[in-house]
Amino acid sequence: MKPIRNILDSIKPHVQKGGKFHAFHSFYDSIETLFFVPDHVTTKGSHIRDGVDMKRTMFMVVLAMVPALLFGMWNVGNLHFQANGVTDFTLMEAFWYGFLKVLPIIIVSYAVGLGIEIAFAQGRGHEVNEGFFVSGMLIPLVLPVTTPLWMVALAVAFAVIFGKEVFGGTGMNIVNPALLARAFLFFAYPAYLSGDTVWIAESADAISGATPLAVLTAGQHLDLSLMGMLVGNYAGSIGESSTIAILIGAAFLLYTGVASWKVMFSFFIGGLTMGLLLNGLSAQFPENAYLALPAYQHLLIGGFAFGGVFMITDPVSATQTETGKWIYGFLAGFIAIIVRVLNPAYPEGVMLAILFMNVFAPLIDHYVIEANIKRRLKRAAVAK
Amino acid sequence: MSKSIQIKKGLDIKLKGRPENKLSAVDVRQYALKPTDFNGVTPKMLVNVGDKVKAGTIVYFDKTRENLKFASPISGTVTEVIRGEKRKMLEIRIEADGANESINFGKEDPKAMSREQIINRLLESGCWPMIMQRPYGVIANPQDEPKAIHISAFDSAPLAVDLDFALEGQAVAFQAGIDALKKLTKGKVHLNVHSNETKSKVFIDAKGVEINQFSGPHPTGLVGIQIAHIDPINKGEVVWTIDPQSVVILGRLFTEGVYNSEKVVALAGSEVKNPQYYKLKVGANISSLQSNIADGAVRYISGNVLTGTQIEKGGYLSFYHQNITVIPEGKYHSFFGWLVPSPKKHSIYRTALSWLTPNKEYRLDTNLNGGERAFVVTGAVEKVFPMDIYLIPLLKAVMINDIDKMEQLGIYEIIEEDIALCEYISTSKINMQSILRQGLNSMYAEMS
Repeated sequence: MKPIRNILDSIKPHVQKGGKFHAFHSFYDSIETLFFVPDHVTTKGSHIRDGVDMKRTMFMVVLAMVPALLFGMWNVGNLHFQANGVTDFTLMEAFWYGFLKVLPIIIVSYAVGLGIEIAFAQGRGHEVNEGFFVSGMLIPLVLPVTTPLWMVALAVAFAVIFGKEVFGGTGMNIVNPALLARAFLFFAYPAYLSGDTVWIAESADAISGATPLAVLTAGQHLDLSLMGMLVGNYAGSIGESSTIAILIGAAFLLYTGVASWKVMFSFFIGGLTMGLLLNGLSAQFPENAYLALPAYQHLLIGGFAFGGVFMITDPVSATQTETGKWIYGFLAGFIAIIVRVLNPAYPEGVMLAILFMNVFAPLIDHYVIEANIKRRLKRAAVAK
Repeated sequence: MSKSIQIKKGLDIKLKGRPENKLSAVDVRQYALKPTDFNGVTPKMLVNVGDKVKAGTIVYFDKTRENLKFASPISGTVTEVIRGEKRKMLEIRIEADGANESINFGKEDPKAMSREQIINRLLESGCWPMIMQRPYGVIANPQDEPKAIHISAFDSAPLAVDLDFALEGQAVAFQAGIDALKKLTKGKVHLNVHSNETKSKVFIDAKGVEINQFSGPHPTGLVGIQIAHIDPINKGEVVWTIDPQSVVILGRLFTEGVYNSEKVVALAGSEVKNPQYYKLKVGANISSLQSNIADGAVRYISGNVLTGTQIEKGGYLSFYHQNITVIPEGKYHSFFGWLVPSPKKHSIYRTALSWLTPNKEYRLDTNLNGGERAFVVTGAVEKVFPMDIYLIPLLKAVMINDIDKMEQLGIYEIIEEDIALCEYISTSKINMQSILRQGLNSMYAEMS
């Protein structure tokens, strides 16, 4: 700790105002604050402050994603070996294969994202915000493992610049940057983000690489047990398939209170409600097998669980009011299943539903706050 | 009929150095009046350096509201006027002569006096500034007719002052003060006590007041929170507030006929050797308490840790405060402090570990514990702010100086202390109290 402090202290004068390398002060700050909480003291207002800061809060979300990440790495290897007809591979072999495939994506995501964040922080004279801690991990987890690295870089750059920095940085953005990155690729390079071939690394087609949702959208019967849905050893984006791993993360987020349980809970209720409605319709449209998929299974496949735990709970792009959180979560879950089942163009609806609700979140807040204002006016009228 | 209200939202921050119920007298020679204690007051001197004053002699008045006058707490000589930037008056220092001479305003029973007479007596003696008003958190306007007057009879802030103890033996003066206040409003005088902890007869047997019972964590003891639960302030309404020790000082003006600002002041905090109470007058220099304070890099605060004002070593007690708090300064780097949970830090969040030890007393310092960020985390403020106000949208309205929105979102109902806990728990380390003050000031300027 002391040697690091000494190195930092010896560099500091050069990056401070008037120093030779003042242009790099934001970069220096981000490195310094990574190692040390700054020695800033309170100057106005409360003299003591809570021990938790933004870095820690954001880091907790990254921690919560670790189970999904580790499982995803294993699953990449698992599917690869299966697709190539290899059967006698060990857990570590599968994991190691996946690790080597996924790590570059994560590195590219963080390098590009943080690079841009630092550049903007520099320009604005701000400290680097920790928001990208989370986005940088979310983006790899929602992409197919075969996504080319240059595409990852492009998507990250687009999401950070147009999703976040043009609005003023973390805390000011309208939509979830990680989802925007995925949406960007989804629409710009659809061939790389959908279809049967993209989900398995170096596949020799010994097994089909179709995701459960693609199977269902094609109107075929889904041959996946309930256990399979929970464990998630099927094709899909890196981090989305294992419901169990995601639920471990969810438990952690809820326990620490980092994510709003109201949003998460109402999202799943929304999905379930729409699923049940569709089940009700299935008697009238027997030719559409998708309608008959048991509602709870909707919550277990595709990106629903991942979206409900890690995406919709982003506090910045969600509604800010507690009442609004119920409405927001419910509608997002509801719409996700509508898009998923009733729109043949998109096998998955979670991404679009959440992005859609991101845009509507300020409107929901507006009405919740208006209600508060009306309540206040009414009280004043009664008092007179 | 008395109400009993239980408040669930809030947070008790347990700190080391709670004051023991022991009262000492100290000889203080140096005093200072600090015009900066008051919001919106532009001081104009009435005496010169070298002039002799008595307790109750008016030293300065407010240029914008000329009937607001500020009196010397003791008899002595005006020694110095300390000015800051742009010659802003910071302190008017007075050296006590030890003679304890006071201007005699005459003993009188406030019940037999008219509203006018009482107001004039309070204004002339410099007692008036003890009465605050909502909205804006400024000194009450004598021309206003308040809808009610509220007094909180307990303190819930960290290292709280035991008001039962502080008012021991002050029943007569307290009642006289209440009698005077009763004349000032056509509405009620609310005395808000703690359901279980307020035991003092001074409060419980007070006459002519509506007693409301409260229980719950901080900020339950704040008068603003209590008002919101009893009878919230609406647009166009004015409510006055005063603290119990000031009621006693105000009462003495009638029972003794003098401005005697002596109150029981807690010296508390982890850096105090033997935390206890002292009898001090408003503006007293704290140097005589120095022997009870540990050496090292410490911060002296007039008031409590959440809302107090930083003062210098050897600074002076502010007008409204009843505690001096001393805590360590936090100017240090902590290695991976954001990642490794420290047992020394306190947090409301479960991402740290302090929730496992709810009864531990902490030695918290002034470190910001992070850097300033934009608003990100939502839903946290709601846990410690027991009012029906959307605080973050309100603060954002202040930041863009949208007067209409501020009014609609309820800025009239709150002052800085009400949101101090929200500021404490902010992971974005946003100075919410000063943002709110900025909003209150622009509202005040707009409305007057």
